[in-house]
Amino acid sequence: MRIVVAKPGLDGHDRGAKVIARALRDGGHEVIYTGLRRTPAEIVRIVMDEDAAAVGLSTLSGAHAILIPRLCGGLREAGMTDVVVFAGGIIPEEDRPALFEEGVRAIFGPGTTTSEILDFLKTLDERAEAGEAIGVGEDPGWHWE
Amino acid sequence: MSETDELLMAAKNGDRRALSKLLTCLEEGEESPVPAGSGDSIGVTGPPGVGKSTLIGRMVDIWVARGESVAVLAVDPSSPRSGGALLGDRMRMMSADSSDSFFVRSLATRNHPGGLMDCLSPMVDCLAECGWSRILIETVGAGQAEIRVVAFAERILLVDGPDRGDVIQAEKAGIIELADLIAINKSDLPNAARAADSIRSALSVGELERTPEVLLVSAHDGSGIEKLVDAIDAVETTTGRERLRIRERLISAWDSTLLGADSFDEVMAALETGSMTLSEAVESIRKG
Repeated sequence: MRIVVAKPGLDGHDRGAKVIARALRDGGHEVIYTGLRRTPAEIVRIVMDEDAAAVGLSTLSGAHAILIPRLCGGLREAGMTDVVVFAGGIIPEEDRPALFEEGVRAIFGPGTTTSEILDFLKTLDERAEAGEAIGVGEDPGWHWE
Repeated sequence: MSETDELLMAAKNGDRRALSKLLTCLEEGEESPVPAGSGDSIGVTGPPGVGKSTLIGRMVDIWVARGESVAVLAVDPSSPRSGGALLGDRMRMMSADSSDSFFVRSLATRNHPGGLMDCLSPMVDCLAECGWSRILIETVGAGQAEIRVVAFAERILLVDGPDRGDVIQAEKAGIIELADLIAINKSDLPNAARAADSIRSALSVGELERTPEVLLVSAHDGSGIEKLVDAIDAVETTTGRERLRIRERLISAWDSTLLGADSFDEVMAALETGSMTLSEAVESIRKG
């Protein structure tokens, strides 16, 4: 799968994003890393140009409630309703339902193993094959637990 | 009308997503909707870590400011173990993420030997057809890809840097005699001028009909980049390289045939167990 790993917003800590990028590569995926401090509009552009199937967002600064819905909206506006959005970092439990409602399919907190993320991606493949919703513009009924 | 024809038509009308999907089709081996060889590209090669991506980012900013539109195909290696890849070139070319005149596509080698894939040629053709006035191919920067790029690009820019060993290191790579232009990056660091001098002197004793210009640049502070861009425009495509280009194309096509052979996995397994020798393996694949 081609996956963009992105750091939206102003937080400058990308150790986590780099570990994830490396783990996805070792899991056989092609990972495009964006570098730090990208805007939602820039990330939409990267996902488009790279024809990525999924985008993983790493956010630690508390700006997730603003930035992630903007990215989801941007992808839908650009017609990329089939792209999968997932997130990781510091995202409190109480903020998560709203993000799932936006079409985010998984949120990985501290302590997540890299193999769990690979399992999530495998599940995406299976769901896509079965014609079930995974994209950011599709029915948000399902997300990874 | 085929899927690629439709995507091409949309892409020509400025639909970036269609262009991106078209490149994916080509990467997956679909037939190009554009006649082969209609596009023209600049190959940027040189060892890892000399700053190729950052330098390209700087050059593209100048071209875009001059009213051109630029597309970059940035190649990075696939992991031979997992088949995955970490594609990090575009993070050095950040203006691509907002400019409508700058397009970057990151490509994994998918273990194509030689470090460059056959799909690059049709990609260049399609990008040219869609109106991108300048198309760059950035190589992996190691191994055979440094030379193989002549099979895909009309002009070659070699990027090198200071403190990379003596000039024998640069000479033995073989690419130095194929370059149309050589840029020594990191001119803000000490020893860059010395690196440029030693490459110039190495070139002067050779028997090249036309020695490439050696320019000092700094992608870090921007110095020398305008001059480099002008020099690239002034370079004429070398006709003397045609034979070499055909040779590299042939080898590249041969590699693809080998990898695509039906018996490839079977032969690999036989080699692993030792039930076949290397020359028997080659013979077996050739017979199909």
